[in-house]
Amino acid sequence: MAQSLESIPNNVDLSSDRRLQRALEQWQPNFLSWWREVGPDGFQAHQVYLRTAISVEANGWAHFDFVRMPEYRWGIFLEPKSERRIGFGDVMGEPVWEEVPGEHRNALRRIIVTQADTEPASVEQQRLLGRTCPSLYDLRNLFQVNVEEGRHLWAMVYLLHRYFGRDGREEADELLQRRSGSSDKPRILNAFNEPIDDWLSFFMFTMFTDRDGKYQLAALAQSGFDPLARTTRFMLTEEAHHLFVGETGVDRIVQRCAELMGKGLDPRAHGAVPFELLQKYVNLWFSLSLDLFGGEVSSNAADFFAAGLKGRFREDQLEEHKALGKSYRMEVPEGGKLVAQEVPLRNAMNEVLRDEYVKDCQRALDRWNKTLEKNGVKELRLRLPHRRFHRGVGPSAGLFFDPEGQPIAEQEWKAREQQWLPSAEDRTYVRSLMHPVTERGKVASWIAPPPKGINGMPLDFEYVRPPSA
Amino acid sequence: MDKTASAPAPSFDTHPTRYRHWTLAVDGEIARLTMKVQPFGGADSEVELKSNSYDLAVDIELADAVQRLRFTHPQVKVCVITSGQEKIFCAGANIYMLASSSHPFKVNFCKFTNETRLAIEDASQNSGLRFLAACNGATAGGGYELALACDEIVLVDDGSSTVSLPEVPLLGVLPGTGGLTRVVDKRKVRRDLADAFSTLAEGVKGKRAVEWGLVDAVVPRSKFKDTIAQRARDLSAKAPQVDRGPGIELDEIGDYRHVSLKVDEKTRVAQLTVRAPAGEVPQTAAEALAKGAQGWALRMARELDHALLRLRFEHETVGLVIVRTEGDRAKADAVGKLLSGPEKDSWILRETRLLLARALRRLDVTARSFFAVVDEKSCFAGPLFELLVACDRSYVLDAEKVEVWPGPLSGGALPGWNGLSRLQTRFLAEPARADKVLAAGKEGPIDAATADKLGLATVFADEIDFEEELRVAVEERASLSPDALTGMEQNYRFAGPETLATKIFGRLSAWQNWIFIRPNATGENGALTMYGKPERPRFDFRRT
Repeated sequence: MAQSLESIPNNVDLSSDRRLQRALEQWQPNFLSWWREVGPDGFQAHQVYLRTAISVEANGWAHFDFVRMPEYRWGIFLEPKSERRIGFGDVMGEPVWEEVPGEHRNALRRIIVTQADTEPASVEQQRLLGRTCPSLYDLRNLFQVNVEEGRHLWAMVYLLHRYFGRDGREEADELLQRRSGSSDKPRILNAFNEPIDDWLSFFMFTMFTDRDGKYQLAALAQSGFDPLARTTRFMLTEEAHHLFVGETGVDRIVQRCAELMGKGLDPRAHGAVPFELLQKYVNLWFSLSLDLFGGEVSSNAADFFAAGLKGRFREDQLEEHKALGKSYRMEVPEGGKLVAQEVPLRNAMNEVLRDEYVKDCQRALDRWNKTLEKNGVKELRLRLPHRRFHRGVGPSAGLFFDPEGQPIAEQEWKAREQQWLPSAEDRTYVRSLMHPVTERGKVASWIAPPPKGINGMPLDFEYVRPPSA
Repeated sequence: MDKTASAPAPSFDTHPTRYRHWTLAVDGEIARLTMKVQPFGGADSEVELKSNSYDLAVDIELADAVQRLRFTHPQVKVCVITSGQEKIFCAGANIYMLASSSHPFKVNFCKFTNETRLAIEDASQNSGLRFLAACNGATAGGGYELALACDEIVLVDDGSSTVSLPEVPLLGVLPGTGGLTRVVDKRKVRRDLADAFSTLAEGVKGKRAVEWGLVDAVVPRSKFKDTIAQRARDLSAKAPQVDRGPGIELDEIGDYRHVSLKVDEKTRVAQLTVRAPAGEVPQTAAEALAKGAQGWALRMARELDHALLRLRFEHETVGLVIVRTEGDRAKADAVGKLLSGPEKDSWILRETRLLLARALRRLDVTARSFFAVVDEKSCFAGPLFELLVACDRSYVLDAEKVEVWPGPLSGGALPGWNGLSRLQTRFLAEPARADKVLAAGKEGPIDAATADKLGLATVFADEIDFEEELRVAVEERASLSPDALTGMEQNYRFAGPETLATKIFGRLSAWQNWIFIRPNATGENGALTMYGKPERPRFDFRRT
């Protein structure tokens, strides 16, 4: 049942854009079959209490109602246009581009496709989670995240269709052809090819991996290519909800663990997640997500900044926007030792963005640690591993570091890896906790209930209704 | 823009047991050559060779492997070239290495890599050894050029791996290892599509890569291994029926036995002397095989090849090479007759001849002047006669006992880059004169005066004038612009028909070398200079 083009919520004047209409007419049915094939498994006919953006006005972007997911009204929204000039790089001060400059066409397309590919990928990764939800509240949040990742895909596909001609249409098609974890057509970034088959991983993913998305989108929100900047600005409002789901989700798991420990009880004995396992999952997901920022020293990053394609986090609030003649000091491993290296600032832009991300993650950890403290856990605190720990990208990749970032021998790594990262037994234990809880107002044994419901609804609201209802 | 001094002298001697970047695995008729470049294992340990990008040290191993397949593993009919890295086949020549190299090094590096790829094609054409590029990931720049040198290219179809020539859009230079030439001349890609392809930094993938003719097939990752194995078997079944000998081990070159290279850096003149065989000369292919790598012709060709590479990389300022030969003309002639006689298609004789032909072609594109000196001691006979006609000029002493002796080997068995024999190229206006020279040689050694009449002497002088003529010529040559001389010699060395190789060396390389020194590439704000730097290149947009 395809949505008619007229019913697509948008603020891009879709009804008078023939080119866009033609492209979407072909793409939209493929999107819906993709959603049915690899979207949330077993819940396509359920009624879900979802938020839909129907306009960019304050009262329009958060419209709540029950909807079957395949009938969700995926829309196309850009932040309203304002007078902007390019805010950084070599062309700073020039008017922003309304169309793609030929010179940057390939680079922009690559940036957009790489970002876009993560959106459907995460829906695919999470497709089986509905079967083991800890509560209806969480189930609904999962689906909210899923449909919004779907909308983010729409947002990126809009850019490809509208601004990149035939190549753009082909790339848009391929976004629906690649599959997370497929050996033949995998998703572009490795972190998006791992299945997310338990809810602890889901919350860690939305906390750490989606947070990379936030910083990437924030950097693109500064772009000199105005349609990209305006698109990503609107996406950021939705992304904030995903981060909320992750951060509070982990917090509730920490809380459950802390409540038991505070009473001197063993979380394991009571079907909760023990502290050391939480730390291992933090180590894993933080390090995997750090890789998504790219190499510490990157000529692409320098080019993107110089060309005005991708800025820094909140570039518009910085004082200096050329980033020339400055350097960034970083420690890089060289021959088993760490050596300080001065990298031209522009080439270190990935690292600059990573700095902001690490700060943000630390803030969330502080919050979780408060939860531990409040519940009487005295000594144990969660910590972020060093950014050299367990990296697959950049100068630390292929080398071995402990969570403090000190170089260690491969042998030591092998001996201690299971202390730092989830082992097969750990994963089996987490999976053993995953039993669906779909009774109204109930939550699973391993997670505390949320402090409040969604959109003012009570906790025992039926956020997801079976098809018969 | 020569920012650095000459790189440390590279060693051209290697062996599969010492490879750092490749592994050569032979399984019956199929060999697998797998590239996995050690990031800090290149010629300059300061330059990180990321993403299977290569430098000279990496390419020397490749050249060695191709050579050894022919001599040590002649039963191999198909060589699969692939990568040991996930998601990357090969990213081409390392850009930072290139950007930080001197202009002469860049040119010599490109020349060597070009010769290696042409040697791959030579093996396919003449030794029945087919090459299959199994591109299991991104195949960029020189990586795609390596694939282009193979008979077939199969690219993984994973939705992201592309073949690309990003040099123009990304670096402001050309794909200098035959890429542009092979795209249109070998694969015969439509010129407008080739134009689009070569300005598309990210390259072309999947179905379109096949439609455009850039690759032969695209295969999903799950079927990649099996498809490659099957295609390798198919290629093997179709490989030409040529004699495939038992194989011999090629020893390390070490000290030269038949060649000497003496360099006078002050006068910038080198003396290259090649000596005829001293001991017993093999009469049959079986006797040649028994001598293995120690046989004179094979050893001499390897030494000559080695000496030319040393000359290029270690003696940049030497502009003129005086070529002399010495020894027993009858023995050299006998070797020539064996190599082109009734047993010429036997494996050992064929490979020796092909190796000699490659060494001589290496000389043809060596950017030095070559003057041959023919005197009483000379032995321009058999294979060594070819050195005479390979030189830019010949100085023949008008005296008794001065002889040259062209043999049947010079009748086309040692072709130059244009596909003609050097005698044919020499006498383009009157092809009959080449035959006359060969006919005269058939009768026996040719005396100096006859040689002059036949057109084999540039300068024919008696002992009173000879030394002075030569001295003046040498001094004059040494005073001329090295750039102009290189250009002039390259225009004259392979007249006549065009081939892939003449286009690569005469057109692609020449343009590339010009672009390399232009400010738009290597100036302060040039694209190659700025690559990886925080600022973007700035071009002088005047078309030249």
